[in-house]
Amino acid sequence: MLSYWRQYLAISPFYLVFAVFSLFPVFFSLFLAFQHWDGLSEMKYVGLQQFQFLLRDPVFWLSVRNTLVIWVLSTVPTLFGALVLAALVHSVRRFKGFYRIALFLPNVTSIVAVTLFFGAVFSNNFGLVNAILGAVGIAPLPWLSNPWLIKVVIAALMTWMWTGYNMIIYLAGMQAIPPEVHEAARIDGAGPVRAFFGITLPMLRPIILFTVVISTINGLQSFSEPQVLFGTNAANASLGGPGQAGLTTLLYFYQEAFMNNDYGYGAAIVWAFLVLIIVLVLVNWRLVQRGRKP
Amino acid sequence: MTRRWRGLGPHVVLVAAVAISVFPFAWTIVMATNTTTDIYHSPPKLTPGSHLFENIGNVLANIDFFGSMLNTLIVATVTTALVVFIDSLAAFAFAKFDFPGRRVLFGLLLVFMMLPLQLGTLPQFVIMSQIGWVGTLQALIPPALANAFGIFWMRQYISGGVPDELLDAARIDGCGFFRQYWNVAVPLMRPALSFLSIYAFVNAWNDYIWPLIVLTDPSRLTLQVALAQLNVGHNTDYSMVMAGVLMASVPMVAVFALFARGFIAGAAEGALRG
Repeated sequence: MLSYWRQYLAISPFYLVFAVFSLFPVFFSLFLAFQHWDGLSEMKYVGLQQFQFLLRDPVFWLSVRNTLVIWVLSTVPTLFGALVLAALVHSVRRFKGFYRIALFLPNVTSIVAVTLFFGAVFSNNFGLVNAILGAVGIAPLPWLSNPWLIKVVIAALMTWMWTGYNMIIYLAGMQAIPPEVHEAARIDGAGPVRAFFGITLPMLRPIILFTVVISTINGLQSFSEPQVLFGTNAANASLGGPGQAGLTTLLYFYQEAFMNNDYGYGAAIVWAFLVLIIVLVLVNWRLVQRGRKP
Repeated sequence: MTRRWRGLGPHVVLVAAVAISVFPFAWTIVMATNTTTDIYHSPPKLTPGSHLFENIGNVLANIDFFGSMLNTLIVATVTTALVVFIDSLAAFAFAKFDFPGRRVLFGLLLVFMMLPLQLGTLPQFVIMSQIGWVGTLQALIPPALANAFGIFWMRQYISGGVPDELLDAARIDGCGFFRQYWNVAVPLMRPALSFLSIYAFVNAWNDYIWPLIVLTDPSRLTLQVALAQLNVGHNTDYSMVMAGVLMASVPMVAVFALFARGFIAGAAEGALRG
């Protein structure tokens, strides 16, 4: 063991930082979920009270519903669009590099900047989207006050940011499929559509699985979008816009923990949320796995 | 006619997708160079105007734009340097040396990569307030250093990109572990180091949640937090907001434009091997 001290030294900074700033916090927040604490006064052990309250807290469940709806509305078009675009980029001979760069570009912008942009464009009164609708004779829609449209705007924003990223991953996966496989299919008389469903899709399965898991983990953590879209207003303690329609679970956690200084309840929210993420990842995993032909 | 046009279908769809992808950048410029009255007029003005400097002036009057940009630059630079050093050194040990516990430790790393980090936000804040770092810029750095993805990605690169023969030769010449890392491996992993640098830098630059929570001093914010503050009140001056968005986005788009190819390839590769 001793002769390896240099290797252990080399890997130790990461594990030290990780232990202090990631691992310990995860367990400490579990501990906090059983306490009543405002961060200043004495901690008080309250057992399962926070969780009992949580199960009956309508705002928590509202936030879970919001999160799930936004997640479905963004993940499905993102992954589907990414797959289609990847197949198209893969099929063309010219401008491949240009398409890759141009489609990936949205992913390097900051969420704050993108959200401010979407807020301006979807503005209820004279935003560009409503102006265009008006030009073709459709009455303006209340994008930023209707509970459903709020979610559509947030999901559209996430779709815009993440489609190119997933496209790049699918594209790399397609390029890794040996051309001989497609060649053989072509000789056997399979058209491009047949080849896509018969060869490309099954061979991409592990990568699709990866993107589904990553999109589940990331997509459920939406926070900045509604937070920036509707601003933080000290006078108005309820975040997430009109009717709290944009209040995601992480945003609710932020509100309880950092605006209302209810650390214990914040920790309980976050842990309940983790369980939800794990369940959804497992469900999705099973769904994608089951799609596999026996 | 059929032969010439058959290949065009995909291009039509792709060009439409590119248009959606770059449209916000173009429209940001239009909004940032006009007055709010001009854009929120029916019909709106669709071409760039001449009010850019006026709008920039309004941004500077509302938030400490350059101060917060400097803060972001400092934090992002320090974070990037540390992440690249910590991750590449650890990855080198994992890729080229067999030591007891290597498999278990690396396996743990893969689990860490999946962990939703928001879970630890609250205790991280408690730690920061215990050591008196709340409101300071250094509070932003430690949580960003535990970058499991970086180690994972670098290890993949080093396994293939740094030949064992060279390390053996260096060992015979009397180079210890750290000399092998610094003199042999580092020069060979330049492409991977530059990918990881850009990746870490872009992440640090765009980070929002943690700075929002921990930077409690309004006179000391990062760019993203300051930028978000432009969006308050009911009569938002959208042209001013978009001028801020434009100013804040230019550096990242420039970095991306310079390194796009390597960056995209790196992102895809990291995902594929995962």
